[in-house]
Amino acid sequence: MIRLHDVAKEYTRTRVALSHVTLQIRRGEFVFLIGPSGSGKTTILKLLYMEEKPTHGDVWVSGVHATTAKRKEISQLRRRLGIVFQDFRLLEDRTAEENVAFALEVTGAPSSAIPQRVARVLTQVGLASKATHLPRQLSGGEQQRVAIARALVNDPYFLLADEPTGNLDDRASRGVIQLLRDINAAGTSVIMATHDLEIVRRADNARTIELNHGRVVFDSAETPPPETRYTPLLGQPVIGGPSEGNWPPLPGDSR
Amino acid sequence: MLAAREAFNASRRAPLLSMLGIVTIAFSLFAFGLFALVAVNIRHALRNVEQRVEVRAFVSEGTPADAIAAAMADIAVFPEVAKVDYISQEGALERARRDMGEFSDVFEEAMLPASLDIHLRPGLRNPETVEAVADRVKSYQFVDDVRYGEEWVRKLYQLRTIAAGTGLGLGLAFAAVSIIIIGATIRVSVLARAREIAIMRLVGATDSFVRAPFLIDGFVKGILGAVLAVGLTWVAYRLVDTQLFSVVFFDPRLIAVGLVCGAFIGLLGSATSVWSHLRRI
Repeated sequence: MIRLHDVAKEYTRTRVALSHVTLQIRRGEFVFLIGPSGSGKTTILKLLYMEEKPTHGDVWVSGVHATTAKRKEISQLRRRLGIVFQDFRLLEDRTAEENVAFALEVTGAPSSAIPQRVARVLTQVGLASKATHLPRQLSGGEQQRVAIARALVNDPYFLLADEPTGNLDDRASRGVIQLLRDINAAGTSVIMATHDLEIVRRADNARTIELNHGRVVFDSAETPPPETRYTPLLGQPVIGGPSEGNWPPLPGDSR
Repeated sequence: MLAAREAFNASRRAPLLSMLGIVTIAFSLFAFGLFALVAVNIRHALRNVEQRVEVRAFVSEGTPADAIAAAMADIAVFPEVAKVDYISQEGALERARRDMGEFSDVFEEAMLPASLDIHLRPGLRNPETVEAVADRVKSYQFVDDVRYGEEWVRKLYQLRTIAAGTGLGLGLAFAAVSIIIIGATIRVSVLARAREIAIMRLVGATDSFVRAPFLIDGFVKGILGAVLAVGLTWVAYRLVDTQLFSVVFFDPRLIAVGLVCGAFIGLLGSATSVWSHLRRI
């Protein structure tokens, strides 16, 4: 369970990333975090994997309280979270299987069990045949699959994905999203920050949380029924795809 | 085991950076080693001079041999005394002729008095002890006079104190500079692996897990750098010894201390660099 209560995050006095954010995410949910750049999506994810601490309010992730957690508790928590980034963050000098194995080695997993578990997740993401390839020998979509395999190998409760399709073409993006949906169907919660409204439109049974200026302006879990589930953004035509400049203005937004 | 493998792989992946680290450590310790070599040789020279510090008690002519033997046995058990020698009149003449070289014919037979030459134990050749021994020896009735070159002993002792103080001060300064340079070198290798460290932390590595390979790396580089520094210092020693003047090299115990210091500095440099880096992420 993830719980944020009246959370604010200020990087400086004038740079407020989040304010008054309250939400809960249960295990098994698939959640899209949407909103324009600078709206606070990445900050929410950073609070969840505890790279940042809230300036105000409480963040609880699987029983760990962000404000009071010790560094060791954060390490233990991260072993139960899978984290995926737009830029993959793979170790360039290690093969796909070594990158995945790395996530097991740091947790002190028995070395005899590692090859089997690595092979299992690489098969799951469809990269069993490229296990010995270095990241530079893989396409962007394949590199992201390696990153997802690394995130999955410790059987996480939650998979956090920050713009995982941001560097991928449409076909690769669809493949990655399908993979995330499959992972969610197997019981892992997925929380994905994205710019790509097309992906959100295509997704069924996913919860959508929209942020603007650091505040939650829409949460589909609180605004049923699904048939009329229009976020301020999705309810309006988006011209030319999900790039940065195409976000339509929100009601009351003076930008 | 995993930490050792990670440390080895990191060096294998960036051999130039590793070499640079070892060479920098080696040259920092080499500079310190050269200074230490000078200090050791000054100390050695002073010790040689110190060995010549002695108290000479001149014996009255006609003193019975058994009185002299009894006094010698008595003096030999003074805690400060290492050895007592009896130099007869003939012995004194022979020694004087030997010391004077071409002017040896100025001495005529039986012109010099017999004496007891009292050598002190190492570490007890300071002015106070020498004077105390001289005073006790003076109390024997057959002793005419006692000489120990008080001014010379005092100056030698001052020189020794100044050399020890300067050596300690300069040694600490050299060591501090070495630690700073080595710390900076290891910091570069930590920064070169900042991305890897960030990924380690993201997948749940604890601080001690992240730190371990760097500590092993620093320890090994410290030892290798120290071995190289000892080698360079030995080359410098051989050059001076064969081309300029006779000098002494470190004894094995001092070399072992140097290697331990190298390992310790490498370990300390790594520990502080990783610690400060981890604090920021």
